[in-house]
Amino acid sequence: MSKAINGATGQSMQHESAVKHVTGEAVYVDDIPEPRQLLHAAVGHSPVARGKLLSMDLSAVLSAPGVAAVLTLNDIPGHTDIGPVFPGDPILADGEVKFHGQPLFAVAADTLDNARRAALLAQVEIEATAPLLDPEQAIAQNRTVRPVHTMQRGDAAGAIALAPHILEAKLSIGGQEHYYLEGQISMVAPTEDGGMQVWSSTQHPSEVQKLVAEELNLPIGAITVETRRMGGAFGGKETHAAQWACIAALLANKTKRPVKMRLPRAADMMLTGKRHPFENHYRVGFDDDGTLLGADITVIGNCGCSPDLSDAIVDRAMFHADNAYYLPAAKITGHRAYTNLVSLTAFRGFGGPQGMLIIEKAMDDIARALGKDPLEIRKRNLYRGPDRNVTPYHQTVASETLTKVIQELEISSDYWERRQAISDYNAGSPILKKGLALTPVKFGISFTVQHLNQAGALIHVYTDGSIHLNHGGTEMGQGLNTKVAQVVAEEFQVDLQHIHITATRTDKVPNTSPTAASSGADLNGQAAKDAARKIRQRLTEFLIEQRGAVTNSIKFTNNRVQFTDNTGTQSMSFAELTEAAYMARVSLSATGYYRTPKIHYDRSKASGRPFFYYATGAAVSEVLVDTLTGEYRVMRVDILHDVGRSLNPALDKGQVEGGFIQGMGWLTTEELRWDDQGRLMTTGAATYKIPTAADIPPIFNVALMENQPNEEATIYHSKAVGEPPFMLAISVWSALRDAISSVVDYAISPPLDTPATPERVFRAIQAAQQHLATTNNGGTAS
Amino acid sequence: MIQFLLNDQPTALEHVAPSMSVLQYLRTVLVQVGTKEGCAAGDCGACTVVVGELTGDPQNPSLQYKAVNACITPMASLHGKQLITIEHLQHQGQLHPVQQAMVDCHGSQCGFCTPGIVMSLLAWWLGVQRGTAAPDRHGIELALSGNLCRCTGYQPIIQAAEQSLRLCQDHFLQHQQEVVQLLQAIQGTPGAESLRTERGFYRPGTASELARLLEAHPQAQLVAGATDLGLEFTQQLHQPSKLIYTGGVKELTQLQDTPDQVIIGAAVTYSSAQSTLHQHFPAFADLFNRLGSLQIRNQGTLGGNVANASPIGDTPPVLLALNATLKLTSIQGSRHVAIADFFTGYRQTVLRTGEFIEAIMIPKLKADETLQVYKISKRFEDDISAVCMAIWMRREHNVVQAVRIGCGGMAAIPKRAKATEQALLGKPFSETSINLAKQALAQDFQPIDDIRASAAYRLAVAGNLLTRAHLELNQQGVSLFAEAGGTSQ
Repeated sequence: MSKAINGATGQSMQHESAVKHVTGEAVYVDDIPEPRQLLHAAVGHSPVARGKLLSMDLSAVLSAPGVAAVLTLNDIPGHTDIGPVFPGDPILADGEVKFHGQPLFAVAADTLDNARRAALLAQVEIEATAPLLDPEQAIAQNRTVRPVHTMQRGDAAGAIALAPHILEAKLSIGGQEHYYLEGQISMVAPTEDGGMQVWSSTQHPSEVQKLVAEELNLPIGAITVETRRMGGAFGGKETHAAQWACIAALLANKTKRPVKMRLPRAADMMLTGKRHPFENHYRVGFDDDGTLLGADITVIGNCGCSPDLSDAIVDRAMFHADNAYYLPAAKITGHRAYTNLVSLTAFRGFGGPQGMLIIEKAMDDIARALGKDPLEIRKRNLYRGPDRNVTPYHQTVASETLTKVIQELEISSDYWERRQAISDYNAGSPILKKGLALTPVKFGISFTVQHLNQAGALIHVYTDGSIHLNHGGTEMGQGLNTKVAQVVAEEFQVDLQHIHITATRTDKVPNTSPTAASSGADLNGQAAKDAARKIRQRLTEFLIEQRGAVTNSIKFTNNRVQFTDNTGTQSMSFAELTEAAYMARVSLSATGYYRTPKIHYDRSKASGRPFFYYATGAAVSEVLVDTLTGEYRVMRVDILHDVGRSLNPALDKGQVEGGFIQGMGWLTTEELRWDDQGRLMTTGAATYKIPTAADIPPIFNVALMENQPNEEATIYHSKAVGEPPFMLAISVWSALRDAISSVVDYAISPPLDTPATPERVFRAIQAAQQHLATTNNGGTAS
Repeated sequence: MIQFLLNDQPTALEHVAPSMSVLQYLRTVLVQVGTKEGCAAGDCGACTVVVGELTGDPQNPSLQYKAVNACITPMASLHGKQLITIEHLQHQGQLHPVQQAMVDCHGSQCGFCTPGIVMSLLAWWLGVQRGTAAPDRHGIELALSGNLCRCTGYQPIIQAAEQSLRLCQDHFLQHQQEVVQLLQAIQGTPGAESLRTERGFYRPGTASELARLLEAHPQAQLVAGATDLGLEFTQQLHQPSKLIYTGGVKELTQLQDTPDQVIIGAAVTYSSAQSTLHQHFPAFADLFNRLGSLQIRNQGTLGGNVANASPIGDTPPVLLALNATLKLTSIQGSRHVAIADFFTGYRQTVLRTGEFIEAIMIPKLKADETLQVYKISKRFEDDISAVCMAIWMRREHNVVQAVRIGCGGMAAIPKRAKATEQALLGKPFSETSINLAKQALAQDFQPIDDIRASAAYRLAVAGNLLTRAHLELNQQGVSLFAEAGGTSQ
């Protein structure tokens, strides 16, 4: 196709809202002009993590200044449970308290301050019991939110038993707070027809629509949900945005007034889910070269107090416990522990990162055990055809792009030269130590819940040639709207400025899937393309049938259409064409639809092709560690990531960089702490530390694989990019382990749970030094 | 009545609640919603606005621009200043150079932190033009230290900052003189020095007025930068009945550099004190780059940090090591108290009712004296210390003649490590004596486990900081941050 237009796919167009972002004109839910008589909502919290709710005296709340309504679970006319897949998430506590801070009741008042103050006035009686907080103890007691699940290929135990070398180890992996800068928020206004208009900061407007309908006993069609943009989401607004919309709708229904519900930051951190902490274990057998012969991996997801999305999240951890490596015989077991924490939820990577981390730990440990470079072990174990390319869930890894990625990155990052330089540096530096690591990512693309792999779009073309675009995906900063608009510009061959992007609305495109699983552009881009092609086809037919255009002569190019008729070559602008088609009574509006082909999976057999394809990439990180304190800096990062044929390289690069730094935060400074009563202690940015500008590596080279179109027929052969780069940050953790290992001349692989705070790094250094002392005193090395 | 410039408009406000923040005023009163609330606790920077203040020679002042967190800045503290908001950056339909660079470099993704980032970059950009901010990467990192972005990973924002310097003129610089005149007009208003609002916000102009006000309103709370007190309003929903703002008190906002000491008024902000401190105590001034964020340092004061008496404040350990003296003033007069005698218990001090800290007096270092300051925290920037340690020594041929070690995060109060000091005294500052001194640390401190660090880590690291001090004094390359090409320490 011609590249003459401005904004075709493959061009680095700016984010559609960039100018609005920098001027403060971009409207988020809290910025929408407030309707008359608006009320503000707040919730009252449980002071304990576990117990029986005996009584609530809310009279003081109701009589507090400005209060218009107070309600509890009993006031809900319809469904009271908003669990997205399985029940377990009551809108307000249902007699049993399951986590600290759990909302017990809701209040609406004339001002936000009045609502929040009133919520503090309740007299609540709870018979408290000791909370269950330890996921391993939960599994031992058979306290789970969902049953255990296993994936198996070959005889892992047998293969390990026969292997020349066996290693096993445990790893505790911390959770992560999303810390989207815009907290959870919804505003709801009753409509004249007894329905509700909802403005919600959600990744899943259709789910919010359905849940509001169900709680109010209204048909889904009576509810409209609109999401123009979110101020960040990262999975935190996939299911956990719904509760606040539901509470606002209940209060709006009760008062017949519009209601806004916005969580203060501390409440947001206390009341909404996070990335699952995991307790993982591996046992692997390998040969003298470090080739894996068998692996038995167990992952325990700490799911908190309800199933939410945990079944799929732990499944995805299991799907990624191999990462990029062929396991000739494998058993992967996934547990879903129940604990008295807020229900843990989706977060960029959706369990994948926690699964990958355990096999990457094994790679490092095998290297130390054999005295080899970890990169050598990683490369040796990569999937490769024809007989080492089947995953533990029996999907064939058809592409070998990752091998190419690693080869190129090894060279572009000077891995081996730097490895030598670092060894030399460490030999001469007793206090400061450097570490280096290259880790790959292979991430499966598709929702593993099959029905979600569908999308819709709506396109209207007007008689001046302007185009209105709507689709089922939501914009959370990733640039989805920009990419989908580029697809439409490409299809019509008109400049991007003619495509008008509009808010996601459930009354424009119905029954949508969440914008999640990195699938936004894959699914909605295809749906929009389908809609555009339908209109283009009608325009083509119009030209043939009514303007005598020769079939196959019609060409949409550079904001015009050209064709040949019996008098010669004709050309008209796109606007002239649409005007003419309208006058000839041609429909200029179409819906588009897409469902992902080829995927199938039988969970009962843990076998099939859950993923349409894999997104891949690799990163090399270098760190500098102070062994006196455990403090460290990330000095240099080189990334090569495979996005297929990029729809927009600038936006894709932004996802890679941003995902990497977010992943680095997860593995380094971001530490969630709960006390022994199950109370979250890190409820603000003062105590929960996400990376700042000074934390990013001073040398940060990020490149996209060139000339590497997706082998599958995705939208213009691009690849999903939202989640996969997050896991490139595992290279930072591995580099820290490398630096720590240098203290004992790489003889052992000290354990390093995550997040690897300076304190944990320090403890790992101490463990290494103790090992050294023991060895020097004639003890035996392990 | 509060008089200030809202961008370029002279504005007068009456009946402002003492706890009304600039952010509340912008979003709920003016309904100018470009400024965002991210945390309402001064931690994320989404609400960053720029405040222009007169500075320099009172006869011929110029404008200084500071980024502050609107969420915890009391509206009443804006008196006599210019408030610049995101809505005011465009000029004649053109984006400001920092806005244009942010667009060109793909510096926004979700866009929610973006207005705050743009405002921080504006203050920095104006600072660069005025010669008060560094145009290099370190300067950019400092400018962004209080702005969290969860989407971009900061790389394109740093690039945007660099690119924005290709232009060096904007409408703020063009109209500076007009703004100066408007602000001077406000400051010349009669009665401005004893300003108060009806709802109990007092703004004394002199120390004696402050003393009289405190005598008359013993329960009133003093507020300087509001970087701590502001959180009581936004997080605990407290409503103060009376606040006395110290930012307008002449004596408290002075900085004096005398031959043998530096005297810092209690209401001098960290940012204002930094360059003077850097001349005399570079290690202390470097610590400031890791104390809060730039927005916090632009608001927060040394007096507030000391009066708060938090065990994890970062300046008390240094002031302990330097043997600073506090000038405490009340209607009865002034007295001097050594910093070591000031803290009496967890968040308890010797301050009497009606008494306030007027100034902090820090003796300068002599030729044979050294000061080393270390801060250990999870995150490099804007994090509360797990351990903060300051070591002052006088050595002769490496023999320790005198030593004071101030520690934060190790006890319920900022505290000297007396037994450790004793173990070092009279001995060469060497590996051998440090190893003995490390054991004495356990007599000095029984730290606690908390969310920032374990007791064991605190104790072990405190000991190792003595080792670091020794290695650094012997000029062995052990500084992580120097090696990393990093910013300080």
